[in-house]
Amino acid sequence: MAVNPVDPAGVLRPSPAGMGGGTPPPGRRGFSQYFLTPSARATWLGLGMFGPALLYIAAIVGVPFVLAFLYAFSDVRVGSAGFHFVGLANFRSILESPSFRQALQNSIVFTVVSNVLVLIGSTILALALKEKFRGRGFVRFLMLLPWVAPISLGAIGWKWMLDSLYSVINWVLVALHFFPPYDAPMWLGEPHLAMASVILVQTWRLLPFSTVILLAGLTAIPKDIPEAAAVDGAGFWRAMFQITIPMILPIVNVAVLFGIIFTFTDMTVVYILTAGGPYDSTQVLPSLAFFTGIQGGDLAQGAAISLFLVPILVAVAYLMLRMAHRAEVV
Amino acid sequence: MAIVETRSLTKVFKQGELGAVNNVNLVTREGEFLVFLGPSGSGKTTLLRMIAGLETPTAGDILIAGKVVTQLSPRERRIAMVFQSYALYPHLSVYDNIVFPLKAQKIPKELHRQKVEWAAALLGIQRLLERKPRQLSGGERQRVALARAIVREPSVFLLDEPLSNLDAKLRASAREELEHFHRRVGTTTIYVTHDQVEAMAMGDRVMVLHQGVVRQIGTPKEVYDQPADTFVATFLGSPPMNLLENGDVIVGFRPEHLFPEELIPAAAIKLSIRIKNLEYLGSEWILYGVVEAGRFDGKEVISRLASGTGFQLGESYDFAVREADLKFFDKQSEKRTEARVLAWQ
Repeated sequence: MAVNPVDPAGVLRPSPAGMGGGTPPPGRRGFSQYFLTPSARATWLGLGMFGPALLYIAAIVGVPFVLAFLYAFSDVRVGSAGFHFVGLANFRSILESPSFRQALQNSIVFTVVSNVLVLIGSTILALALKEKFRGRGFVRFLMLLPWVAPISLGAIGWKWMLDSLYSVINWVLVALHFFPPYDAPMWLGEPHLAMASVILVQTWRLLPFSTVILLAGLTAIPKDIPEAAAVDGAGFWRAMFQITIPMILPIVNVAVLFGIIFTFTDMTVVYILTAGGPYDSTQVLPSLAFFTGIQGGDLAQGAAISLFLVPILVAVAYLMLRMAHRAEVV
Repeated sequence: MAIVETRSLTKVFKQGELGAVNNVNLVTREGEFLVFLGPSGSGKTTLLRMIAGLETPTAGDILIAGKVVTQLSPRERRIAMVFQSYALYPHLSVYDNIVFPLKAQKIPKELHRQKVEWAAALLGIQRLLERKPRQLSGGERQRVALARAIVREPSVFLLDEPLSNLDAKLRASAREELEHFHRRVGTTTIYVTHDQVEAMAMGDRVMVLHQGVVRQIGTPKEVYDQPADTFVATFLGSPPMNLLENGDVIVGFRPEHLFPEELIPAAAIKLSIRIKNLEYLGSEWILYGVVEAGRFDGKEVISRLASGTGFQLGESYDFAVREADLKFFDKQSEKRTEARVLAWQ
């Protein structure tokens, strides 16, 4: 076979000899020579298309992040004009504060318990909704509603259902004689019940998203695989735990990662249902940061509290992504 | 080892539609290699899936080793199946894939390694045991699928087009290996394919299916030399059998039986043929021609010859078929009928 002596790269960089008089002599290359070669044009076009998105992310995420970082090491308060660097004083003070430690503990309980519940619930739901049955489309639509509805609306609905006076749940429980009238549980008024309530509402809220992700993972399993397992003699549980779940594990990881981040950084449910009460028993880090920094006016402390979330979330994200990568199935 | 039997087995997917499998009665022989052959949509895979228990029959019964298994789940039928896609478990190593049926059937743990190694040795994949399926070639995957099937020593083997994902060269060698494999283990095997070469080469018997109906069941020689109807006659053989209508019968003869007249002794049917196309295939020539004059004027016929030299496109030559090589089919039912004397000119 003959070897083509022409350098393939030469096609993109026309040599003066090859192209005739149209090219300027070496040493006096024009703007177009450098900036309008096909590859350079692609680069500029790419930058142009990508730029707005970058700018947007920098403005919405980057600037506040840098500000929070600066504030955390300063003594800035709402309305104060000066800016004094105070080193780690803010961190020292929040670590010593009992309400911070309570909030950190609550955050972990809130995140872990609700995500475990979501994981179990969404796996069951996804397996059920994968099967064909009459009205499956409608059930899938119903299941998505908590995710589609604005979170504040959903949470306000739950606030009513869990209200100490007007709770429908209590009305039903009383009507069924589980509790005497006027002595039904105060869902949002007692520390443990309040925590259980916010966890359950958060679970209700996250369930659809996780289910949809898992459903996508399940439908991606070729039909042959469970059939092969059935012929191989595997019953329902063995096929489930040794074939189906391991195969969707990478996708489960993604769902859990999102669930943890959504829960750990979110305060909507807590804010609307309990505002952190009673006695800080449902206070989580984001809500504490909000109450301290915005409502309390201590921006520096608020920033220090929210910065606490970053290393934890980075560690979680790193772990989950590594697991997902290791379990990758192609 | 066991005998598989189906009694009036029928599968209708949608009510009011034509059945995918219609009233199939079938009895395998002990340890035989039976091939279901048919074009796509002929119901051969559906029939296999019903035997495996992956599809519920609309009517009829399935018996394995004399026991009715129609209502039993796949795991209770003690069969092994190799899927077209191999259906290996992608997250498990080759070893774990092969050991899976042993675990599922609660075979004592101490026997696992020994049995897996036996199956792996039988198929020559001992060095692949630690790999994941995605690190295997098509041929290796197929062997792993076979090893996973054989390891539990099933009474019946079901194979659903296991060679169709391999390239042509590999397919030929895998076919030979499968034959060896079957001879060694001697398990009753049902093999589904649309490839007549596979069916003829591997099958002890071939069952030809068309539109869910069994057209013929017999040894490769029987279905090729004594086709039961015109469908079997044209589906088997490449190029297909020539069919010419003559009164109320259809007369058929294979391309390899249509020779230049001078090569044929007396007592032959003569046809004058103009050559339309010539194909050189290395070991043989295929001649496409049109009959000129006489009763079959304008009919297209094909001839397969060892040598095609001396033929010119567009020219006419005298060809002939021995009378013994003619097959007769009823024009109405398209079924084989008795040989008879016909007017040819």
